[in-house]
Amino acid sequence: MAITKRPTAPHLQIYKWGIHMLLSITHRVMGVSLTGGALLLLWWLVALSLGPDEYASFQLCMGSALGKLILFGFTAAQALHLCNGIRFLTWDMGRGFSPEGIMRGNILVITGTIVITALVWLIGYGLI
Amino acid sequence: MAEFRLPANSTIKKGKYFKVEGGAKNIRKFNIYRWNEESGENPSIDTYEVDMDKCGPMVLDGLIKIKDEIDPTLTFRRSCREGVCGSCAMNIAGTNTLACTKASGDIKGDINIYPLPHMKVVKDLVPDLTNFYAQYASIKPWMQTVSPTPSGVERLQSPEDRAKLDGLYECVLCASCSTSCPSYWWNSDKYLGPAVLLQAYRWLIDSRDEATGERLDDLEDPFRLYRCHTIMNCTSTCPKGLNPAKAIAEIKRMMVERQG
Repeated sequence: MAITKRPTAPHLQIYKWGIHMLLSITHRVMGVSLTGGALLLLWWLVALSLGPDEYASFQLCMGSALGKLILFGFTAAQALHLCNGIRFLTWDMGRGFSPEGIMRGNILVITGTIVITALVWLIGYGLI
Repeated sequence: MAEFRLPANSTIKKGKYFKVEGGAKNIRKFNIYRWNEESGENPSIDTYEVDMDKCGPMVLDGLIKIKDEIDPTLTFRRSCREGVCGSCAMNIAGTNTLACTKASGDIKGDINIYPLPHMKVVKDLVPDLTNFYAQYASIKPWMQTVSPTPSGVERLQSPEDRAKLDGLYECVLCASCSTSCPSYWWNSDKYLGPAVLLQAYRWLIDSRDEATGERLDDLEDPFRLYRCHTIMNCTSTCPKGLNPAKAIAEIKRMMVERQG
């Protein structure tokens, strides 16, 4: 019998997304995007070392609406990766595996991400 | 490498529609994945209208009614109809479960039924579990001992040691968890998957087993064990309420602890 002819049953196409699943893949995607964020930091440091003109052009770029959006994404990604990373550590210690534990973790990670991102920007704008 | 899209021979077409006959009032639609080798065509979704007033409460009751009264060609595995044999595992309303313990009443809207995700399909809702069973055999799921067999008595175990097997021995190897796991979807040729790892842990913590070291050696591999990225689909989907993700975490912990 020609087994190779057998179709593959649908997977991503039909599987119901849970928050735990969404957070897991987002964690990985954010991890990759943080590499881009690290380059941003490098640019900042290089601009700083090259003198006032270069630093001014860096500030012009990152101070624009698009620049601020990128910075916002960077801080949010950083916060999510941090919170989710701590969650993975607790899982590695064998804790938080019950359905209630998973749900509690989902809520904590999302809340933590929002709070940390908000704090960074509020402090950045001198609002607190 | 992960292939996120379905291969050309696996994309799904619209199928046939079976209308219910007579004046049924309580009608629900079952959308069911169909494929058979002889047709030479791609899989399709057939829709069956079912009179729920004349149908049992579980999804499996619906499937059996369809097979008995509407379309005898519909193919699926089932046996015990009470969540003990694990035969009727399939993807129902987006998550993997046993058709016999899933109530139709708990599902909103149409009842969508697919085979276990990312498995090769033998026919309709019957997946090919050859690799899954081979992986199970590979962890040597039996007691291994070196000490001489005690004469006249069984190998004894304290109630506390026996309690460690609770939440593990209940697994019926239905493959719902393994086929819910994206890591297993992309790497089932190398990654053992949650069901088989839960079974591996069941033997690792059995106080009577004397091959713990060898068992851990066999699992110490970037793929066989460590492809688990704690995505948690396994624990979320297990129809028996077990916790494969926790069992895998315990194995990882045993790996660290034995390094001292």
